[in-house]
Amino acid sequence: MLSQEIQYFITGLSIGSVYALVALGFTIIHTVTGIVNFAQGEFVMLGGMVAYFLFRFIGLPLWAAAPLSIAAVTVVGLLLQRIAIRSARQASIVSLIVITIGASILIRGLVGQFWVWGREAVRLPYFTGEQSLSFLGAAVHPQKLLVLGITIALMVLFHLLLSRTPLGKALRACAINKRAAGMVGVDARAMSLFSFGAAAALGAVGGILIASQAVTSYDSGVMLGLKGFLAACMGGLSSQMGAVLGGLGLGLLESFGAGHISSAWKEAFSLSVFLLFLIVRARRLPASEVEH
Amino acid sequence: MGKRIGRIVSVTLMVVLVALVVTGCTKAQPTVTALKEPYKVGAVFAVTGFNSPLGTPEKQTVEMMVEQINAKGGVNGHKLEVIVYDTQSDTTECVTLVKKLIEQDNVLAIIGPSSSGESLALVDTVTKAQIPLVSAAASAKIVEPVNERYWVFKTPQSDVLAIGEIADYLNKTGVKKVALLTDSAGFGATGRDALVALLPNSGVTVVADEKFGTKDTDMTAQLTKIRGTDAQAIIVWGTNPGPALIAKNAKELGLTIPMINSHGIANKAFIELAGDAANGVIFPAGKLLVAEQLADSDPQKAVLVNYKRDFETKYGAGTANTFGGHAYDALMMVVEALKVVGPDKAKIRDYIENNVKNFAGTGGVFNMSPQDHNGLGKVAFVMIKIADGKWTWLR
Repeated sequence: MLSQEIQYFITGLSIGSVYALVALGFTIIHTVTGIVNFAQGEFVMLGGMVAYFLFRFIGLPLWAAAPLSIAAVTVVGLLLQRIAIRSARQASIVSLIVITIGASILIRGLVGQFWVWGREAVRLPYFTGEQSLSFLGAAVHPQKLLVLGITIALMVLFHLLLSRTPLGKALRACAINKRAAGMVGVDARAMSLFSFGAAAALGAVGGILIASQAVTSYDSGVMLGLKGFLAACMGGLSSQMGAVLGGLGLGLLESFGAGHISSAWKEAFSLSVFLLFLIVRARRLPASEVEH
Repeated sequence: MGKRIGRIVSVTLMVVLVALVVTGCTKAQPTVTALKEPYKVGAVFAVTGFNSPLGTPEKQTVEMMVEQINAKGGVNGHKLEVIVYDTQSDTTECVTLVKKLIEQDNVLAIIGPSSSGESLALVDTVTKAQIPLVSAAASAKIVEPVNERYWVFKTPQSDVLAIGEIADYLNKTGVKKVALLTDSAGFGATGRDALVALLPNSGVTVVADEKFGTKDTDMTAQLTKIRGTDAQAIIVWGTNPGPALIAKNAKELGLTIPMINSHGIANKAFIELAGDAANGVIFPAGKLLVAEQLADSDPQKAVLVNYKRDFETKYGAGTANTFGGHAYDALMMVVEALKVVGPDKAKIRDYIENNVKNFAGTGGVFNMSPQDHNGLGKVAFVMIKIADGKWTWLR
């Protein structure tokens, strides 16, 4: 029975690392601009779909299709900031959030309408070998170890970037007070642009990994965006470490929930725990932080 | 005074506009080569959205058939016109489109939609409008209870027949205990209810009853739970991509018990999505998949081989599947009825109910009756095993 529990644990980490990757993207933009970018799920979807397009239709090898797709989605992120967010810069944060919701619907609609192979689900091959490894009687697929590893590496990278470098200081300064940051020579627009580009790139990485271990389709950004948002909320929306822990926690909840309670109720189960968590957390936090 | 003049002017303008629109419409209508009125049939399929692996071949089939029928002079000299709308796999959209077919396009009968959920949502609409619907979706509930489904027929084999075929297979291979892993919505949910109700009759016990969400990306947890039971086989019920992911996850987990699926995966998309993991998967399906291997005495052989050949000549080798076949059967029934009774909705319905007998279609030999609006017997299915990425008949 122990091997069973270990298997649930590993499965939870594997599901959760995908959510964590999506959540990381949320935190980057939120840390810098205060915006919750609801188009984050679409970045994830685009990453997988563009990589599939390059791999399957252009015939590029996976190692070339993946970075090209990340670059393409980064451009989409930058365009979103330049076109939609910057031109509405006088608007309140809430309006900007609504703009990101609109952008997500637009991106999803365009992909659904014009994607060359219709709206079917597609997949990429594994990045790693096909054979699972055995760990204390539980099966571990190397692809899933890879995803977990990449998630943690990106978390550390972005955490260090934001907390240890001059660029990171400038980025955080924009979030605290845009005008004051401008006075000391920080270009707030450039910082906002950077955050959207970085979040889009992160999302694309997640999307490619998901397309490779599961499937992707024009509308898969909805569910992943939602789960990533929940994970980011659990981590407080501005903390990279929190986002990853939130994502892994959500994955573990779903896995153990499906295993021990009921797979029919796993979604309801993880969402109720999430709500409870938010209620408890909101009570504990000082009011100023909750307002974000 | 000024007001009145204004009103007169606006009314005149409106009349002129309406007149223009009306004449415009008459002009825009295609000049029919035959002198007779065209027969209009409506069709709703999930051409896009998650059910597009079903809806796309259905639409292609209908387009191909319309071409063929009109090339041979139409239906009794009337041109056949099928208006196909895309439901985008969305139930609400589907209902709206069917209302449009009935109210604006004035069609004589409707074929489709592709999914059970959409079909069930249409029952009220077509019953109120008194127009025959021949669905291309599988759930038995679409035509049952039959006294509440006066205007509704369907061509795909019911879950019950597929489950009967699976039960026979389990008995033959000595499997007594199975685990279920079913989609929590639509096709998976009705299939799960039928499995739980019917398997015990064949001496098979259900030892695990697990679900998955249509959009889930990992089913390893459910499979882990099943691995912890003494199940000798696992039965998956759903349409892509879920079952493909389950096959992949099971392989990753090293699960070795046989995996049986429903007829919902009888298309190439499953093999493409599951890759190597598709090999070894067993499922019941219509005979179309093994048309060439059938005995010449099989009443369906001619229609299956012809349909497959025509479809693959037009759309490419290996593209024909049972879903397109369901649309073929549906349109054939409506066309047969039109030939005999002409453009009368009630008579078309009566004809399909009473006169579709020994009708060899792609899904089986249909014998419709007031008690059975599907009309298929058990022989409609064969068991198929995927080996080396290909369908092989388990005889």
